[in-house]
Amino acid sequence: MSAVSMETPAPLAIESPARRAWRRLKQRKSALLALFVIVALILIAIFAPLIAPYDPTKQSWSAVRKAPSLAHWFGTDEVGRDILSRIIFGTRASLSAGVISVGIAITIGVPLGLLAGYLGGKVDAILGRITDAMLAVPFLILAIALAAFLGPSLGNAMIAIGVTATPLFIRLTRGQTLSVVKEDYIEAARAVGNPGWRIALRHILPNVMPALLVQATLTIATAIIAEASLSFLGLGQQPPAPSWGSMLNAAQRFLTNAPWMAVWPGLAIFVTVLSFNLFGDGLRDALDPRTK
Amino acid sequence: MFSLIAKRILQLIPTLFVVSVLIFSLQQLLPGDPALVMAGEEKDPEVIEQIRKQYRLDQPIPVQYVYWLKGVLTGNLGESMRLKASVSDLVLAKLPVTLQLASMAMIIALLIGVTAGVVSAVKRGSKLDYIVNVIGLIGISTPNFWLGIMLIFLFAVNLGWLPASGYVSPFEDFWGSMKTTILPAFVLGNAIAGVLMRHTRSAMLQALDSDYVRTARAKGLLETKVVIKHAMRNALTPVITLGALEFGTLLSGAVLTEQIFTIPGFGKLIVDSVFNRDYAVVQGVVLVTATTYVLLNLLADIGYVLVNPRLRG
Repeated sequence: MSAVSMETPAPLAIESPARRAWRRLKQRKSALLALFVIVALILIAIFAPLIAPYDPTKQSWSAVRKAPSLAHWFGTDEVGRDILSRIIFGTRASLSAGVISVGIAITIGVPLGLLAGYLGGKVDAILGRITDAMLAVPFLILAIALAAFLGPSLGNAMIAIGVTATPLFIRLTRGQTLSVVKEDYIEAARAVGNPGWRIALRHILPNVMPALLVQATLTIATAIIAEASLSFLGLGQQPPAPSWGSMLNAAQRFLTNAPWMAVWPGLAIFVTVLSFNLFGDGLRDALDPRTK
Repeated sequence: MFSLIAKRILQLIPTLFVVSVLIFSLQQLLPGDPALVMAGEEKDPEVIEQIRKQYRLDQPIPVQYVYWLKGVLTGNLGESMRLKASVSDLVLAKLPVTLQLASMAMIIALLIGVTAGVVSAVKRGSKLDYIVNVIGLIGISTPNFWLGIMLIFLFAVNLGWLPASGYVSPFEDFWGSMKTTILPAFVLGNAIAGVLMRHTRSAMLQALDSDYVRTARAKGLLETKVVIKHAMRNALTPVITLGALEFGTLLSGAVLTEQIFTIPGFGKLIVDSVFNRDYAVVQGVVLVTATTYVLLNLLADIGYVLVNPRLRG
């Protein structure tokens, strides 16, 4: 990237870590494309009412299971609703489920991970066992069990997925904390009399951030698939509100005469998840100090 | 070596204890009177009374837990409200089906994942390497259940080669069984093939960079021989142990895959029980899954120690 360094003649040594990561990220075409798709999806979710050609819940008995056409680009479903509009509105459920459940996992997981790594001892041992126990239950099975006991709703699905993803963040934060807590600058911060919470927030947390960012991006992908799975099973978004997972569930019954009903929601999940995975991979490479 | 393994086994006890507490606590999440909720549609006061007695809901929660754990340790996972059968019997009846599916999926995943990983490592940086990586990422990002539905559409609805759903036991009709399980096994296998490919690729890259491979090449051995006999042998050990860890993903995937292909296994059991608010079965299935997973982890660790001479004491 000689072009960039010519624009910014400042020596590399004072380039901020965030700026360096961004410069590296820009070199990765696939990650940039993924970022572009993610931004587009966010805009679609926000402006769904303006973009969608039809009301996503409006049924029309004269347009039941119509193949894709000029009037209905993606076709219509079993009660004559416009599939394109439902896909557009479904972006809201998927993205918010991905972001909110990961938000829940971070809010609980990061402080606990910092505590475990910083304090060590009994706290670490207890949190370690809880993390092990939660990770022993396969992701989706734990999420399904939690959602089943909490009751079916999109909100509960987000809580279930968020709680299920929490041990990932406890473990990650703990590991990263352990690796920086022995560094000299932490020792120095402690020597000048900083309180523990300040060291954790000001000195340890920034070092955990890069790994956390990568994990969060990749976990959003997992959470989106989990939300779609729960909605597919009827444990997430409740009808008639649109969600890609529940659309696939309905589509399964009409595979023979309305296969398009199954194509679009699956494709939407696939593109969204792939984008988060690609972006996460790119971010990991960009933030890794070992790669160029 | 034995002390290492013994230490690992001792570590399991607190983990399994916490697992049991977590799964028991699930029922505290039920809104309102758990006896009423667990009774479901049935509003017969006698049934509700029976649930109250069975779960000892009139006692304090820790006492309830102790009774529940006592049952679990003696193999009594409770009763299914809906099927009027013991949860352990239900689980035991469904487990072989899912195990068959999971093993077939694992074979498929290893065949695809290891081949792809070795090829992309050997051809590192080439177009082929790039394509394999992209396909791997696509595989990881494809939702299981969508792939299942699309394959049903292609092979069952359109081509009519395979049945869309159902299950035949291999002991009754082997080929019939293969026909009903090959699509779901492929769907399941696909979910972890990409992960195994990535593991294989990085392990192979490391092996190909090592001194013994350089020595083998310097001896003038054929490159295929170097790759297969020297690099692959060393690279595959961690891949196989990591494969055991992916078993959890297979069990997760089985839930939706079995649902789509109407295969009467473990995954379908948990979904059906969720729909019917048969909470004892949900708890039982989760408990058995977690225990299986923890034990598999242990086996993977032991296997790793056994094949790695440096860890043998």
